[in-house]
Amino acid sequence: MTPPYALTSSHASSGDMVTIFMWLAAVLIFATAVSEVLAYRSRHAANPMIENLQSRIYAWWGMIAIMGGAFAIGQGAVILLCAFLSFNALREFLTLTRRNRADHWALVAIFYVALPIQYLSIWMGWYGFYAIFIPVYAAIGLPVLAVLRQRTDHYLTRISETQWALMVSVYCVSHVPALLFLDIAGYEGRNILLIAFLVLVVQSSDVLQYVWGKIFGKRKIAPDVSPSKTWEGFLGGVMSASLIGAALHWVTPFTPLEAFGMSLIATMMGFFGGLVMSAIKRDRGVKDWGHAIQGHGGFLDRLDSVVFAAPIFFHLTRFFW
Amino acid sequence: MDKNKPASQLSCKYRSLLYRFFRFGGGQAISVFAKIITSPRIVFQHQLSKDRQKVYYANHTSNADTVLIWAAIGRRERTSTRPVAAADYWLASPLRRLIGKDIFNILPIERHAQNRTVDPVSAMADAIGDGSSLIIFPEGRRNDTASPLLDMKPGIYHLAKHHPDIDFVPVWIDNLGSVMPRGEIIPVPLICAVTFGAPINLKDNESQQDFMTRARHALCALAPLDAFNTEDAS
Repeated sequence: MTPPYALTSSHASSGDMVTIFMWLAAVLIFATAVSEVLAYRSRHAANPMIENLQSRIYAWWGMIAIMGGAFAIGQGAVILLCAFLSFNALREFLTLTRRNRADHWALVAIFYVALPIQYLSIWMGWYGFYAIFIPVYAAIGLPVLAVLRQRTDHYLTRISETQWALMVSVYCVSHVPALLFLDIAGYEGRNILLIAFLVLVVQSSDVLQYVWGKIFGKRKIAPDVSPSKTWEGFLGGVMSASLIGAALHWVTPFTPLEAFGMSLIATMMGFFGGLVMSAIKRDRGVKDWGHAIQGHGGFLDRLDSVVFAAPIFFHLTRFFW
Repeated sequence: MDKNKPASQLSCKYRSLLYRFFRFGGGQAISVFAKIITSPRIVFQHQLSKDRQKVYYANHTSNADTVLIWAAIGRRERTSTRPVAAADYWLASPLRRLIGKDIFNILPIERHAQNRTVDPVSAMADAIGDGSSLIIFPEGRRNDTASPLLDMKPGIYHLAKHHPDIDFVPVWIDNLGSVMPRGEIIPVPLICAVTFGAPINLKDNESQQDFMTRARHALCALAPLDAFNTEDAS
């Protein structure tokens, strides 16, 4: 097992990590070239889709650079980066939830107590605590904090939405760095690659669903929730991302077939996560969760597929490997 | 000490390099802090002219409203813009006086009529005459009711009467009231939005009622869609 507190980059994984990022850079260079050609060919008329594509790709350069930097520094940086993502996801989510002045102390506790404690226990590798802290202690503590202020209007709605914000933005996201402390025989010191694997498969599924959908998309899956999701995009994206996952089996503890199966589950969860998060946005009448990432929207618009995939991927790996 | 003069006119001896550094650095620090806490989405629906004097008028739900507008308009615009603020609050302690007068360069207004030596509207009109832009909250007090916007006081019309050529820029601040509701001391880092609308000007022979209605509509038009049909009490 990777000892807790061993927060430096491990030599066992650094060569493979460099290979992954070289491939990512190659893909991004190709994507940038394609989008520049498209932009050049449509230079005489404004084309919002291509402009959005360009800013998305530039943002990908930034996001991959930041992730690469965190991976290069080591486990501590990965945990801090995920805590930062959780913080931003949380503020985006709680901006849309129903709340009133009586919830102020509950919100203060979420931002300044619950989030740091969750990531601190991840940092300590204390599975027995971080697996239940939010579903048990926060789930009980927050309604108590809110009820002490004696405002009962929409009480159930307020505490449920607040709790859900915490589950999705902190609990679910924190299962990405939790992968660092999984105890897998024969995989010692390489756990950081499992994070790269999960994030890469889920995010490439998002991108490939977008690409397949734009090229072949006809039949809508759930037009009342997300008009841009099609069967062609879904199947093409999930299958091709799972094939990428199978091809990446050499960085994981999985065989090629297992890597394909785990990728399939992760991308399906990613798809459902995206769908659920779209339903919330639609209910609240917004198009994006935020405005922090050029072309993409908010942090949660990028994380929406990771939030459902991470805990499931974590626990399946924990059960079977 | 003359309460109504900006600090920069008070005395030459303070205008040392160090003092200017303090004003600039303090202003930048407050602006950056406000932006970190509220991650504001700042939207200018209309390109505002740099060369025109303006009266920004905004809805008022939080003590920090002034700070957020002030941070949103940018460094250049800030140097010539004075928030109109309550004298009894900002002149109450030396620290507030320092931040209020020297960093924000507020125009202090006496809230209670019986203490007044200067009429607020003429103080504002004088400040505009001196070349300043202003930030005002025409509701006259902080709104902690369920209604998104209280009735606006007619001072804004009288100000427009004094200076019909001034641009009145509506500014809607969204969500800041939840970041730090009245009586709380710890801000919660929720996302805010600051939306600047197209400026309006007093038309020839426009009545008070017409101008007030127009100003109110211009402001309400910037609010998010659900602001005026929610049953939320916040």
